[in-house]
Amino acid sequence: MTEILTDIFSTPVLVRALIVGILVSLCAALLGVSLVLKRFSMIGDGLSHVGFGALAVATVMNIAPMAVAIPVVIAAAFLLLRLSSNGKIKGDAAIALISTGALGIGVMAVSLSDGVNVDINSYLFGSIISVSRSDVVISIILALIVLFMFVFFYTKIFAITFDESFAKATGGAVSAYNMMIALLTAITIVIGMRLMGSMLISSLIIFPALCSMRVFKSFLSVTISSAVVSVITFIVGMMISYAFDAPCGASIVCVNIAAFAGFFAVGKIVNK
Amino acid sequence: MALIKVNDLTLSYENITVTEKLNFMVESGDYLCIVGENGSGKSTLVKALLSLKKPEKGTIEFGEGLKKNEIGYLPQQTSAQKSFPASVYEVVISGCLNSRGIRPFYSAKERKTALDNMEKLGISELKNRSYRELSGGQQQRVLLARALCATKKLLLLDEPVTGLDPIITAEFYELIAKINSEGITIIMVTHDISAATAYANRILCMREDRYFFGKNKEFKNSDFADLAGRKFAKGGENGD
Repeated sequence: MTEILTDIFSTPVLVRALIVGILVSLCAALLGVSLVLKRFSMIGDGLSHVGFGALAVATVMNIAPMAVAIPVVIAAAFLLLRLSSNGKIKGDAAIALISTGALGIGVMAVSLSDGVNVDINSYLFGSIISVSRSDVVISIILALIVLFMFVFFYTKIFAITFDESFAKATGGAVSAYNMMIALLTAITIVIGMRLMGSMLISSLIIFPALCSMRVFKSFLSVTISSAVVSVITFIVGMMISYAFDAPCGASIVCVNIAAFAGFFAVGKIVNK
Repeated sequence: MALIKVNDLTLSYENITVTEKLNFMVESGDYLCIVGENGSGKSTLVKALLSLKKPEKGTIEFGEGLKKNEIGYLPQQTSAQKSFPASVYEVVISGCLNSRGIRPFYSAKERKTALDNMEKLGISELKNRSYRELSGGQQQRVLLARALCATKKLLLLDEPVTGLDPIITAEFYELIAKINSEGITIIMVTHDISAATAYANRILCMREDRYFFGKNKEFKNSDFADLAGRKFAKGGENGD
């Protein structure tokens, strides 16, 4: 085990992936608690598909992928939030519409372009070596912003997650905070997507929160537990990925499944 | 000046007018019950009182220094809340948020307000329990404590006894009456005409075409009470 860790730390590409991964896991887990409790889990999934579409199109057109993906995913996040709140098209249908639409556009863009060597597989399922030095810098900055916002607005995020109508009635700027959460989620997804793959990134949002809710009973303890679970499952997943030469995203998801099973069992025993 | 004065209020819901030229006022210390059938515009009126909905015509004036965000609101529970992982204390203290602006953490004074209100409603021993593990009646008390943290003057309760059994319902009404007797004005939306006539001093009865506003006694003698009584008797809720 220590051998694996020393190996990871002596390979710059892996160290970069580890840094980005830990920061993304942390952000995703914190936002995930609110998203899961607000019944918005699928928004994360929808956004990652939009991210895939944006990345694919950007690569084909030879533009910097992050520069395209971040604004597009943010726009999609606002759109999804609007659609699910005003209810002309029901939220779940809207998400399915947008996510499959973006996926379709992305795949078309890649297959119609000649001479561009794009590895769709790495976009869909993630790849450790795709994390560049500039990705690391951007990730650190964005992650710090997400963490700061989350801590600073924690009490408001709780109030809005628990009871939107009460928060609104007592003068809370509910739609502004909802947009903030959507914005932070969009950013987190784009950063994490290269590493985890667009098919698997939303697991970072959903699993830690669901695990923690099996066992813990207050919002604060669920939030802290999610952050811890998320970072640990990421590190363990990455070590497994390295040891067995398995894809990183899939390894992390499998570790999360195991963690969920564990939390589920503990929850059953504790809450008897 | 009254606490709330509603003048010629016209409200619409999805472009359909639900309430026209509504006039009523709430004095400090009142216990007003808003009764009426589904679709009579009660929920829309609640939204308007909370400034979440703009009136088509007319005005809602707040007097005696009551600010828009100082109404202690007890909304109907959502299904997501029933399984929400939050401690009772976390829920109650979130009622203090309206008075704190951008500052990120709660002050000692706000923590005390939360504890005092929990004491008042007899839920102090539930402080660290999880909201989702409580009974329906306990959950309503927690939400009531939160509403009290948000106000010193006015509580607005939206169908607060839905889903509670008769004994818990009676206890809850007594609690509201006690809070009212301590000087907090109550506005309660309810289906329960017998409770309205038992506790309220004023009644606003909304129907699709007209409305009644006045003292409880006048309401009992009006044909509104009759109509409402028969209507509700048919539903099997209130026999008298």
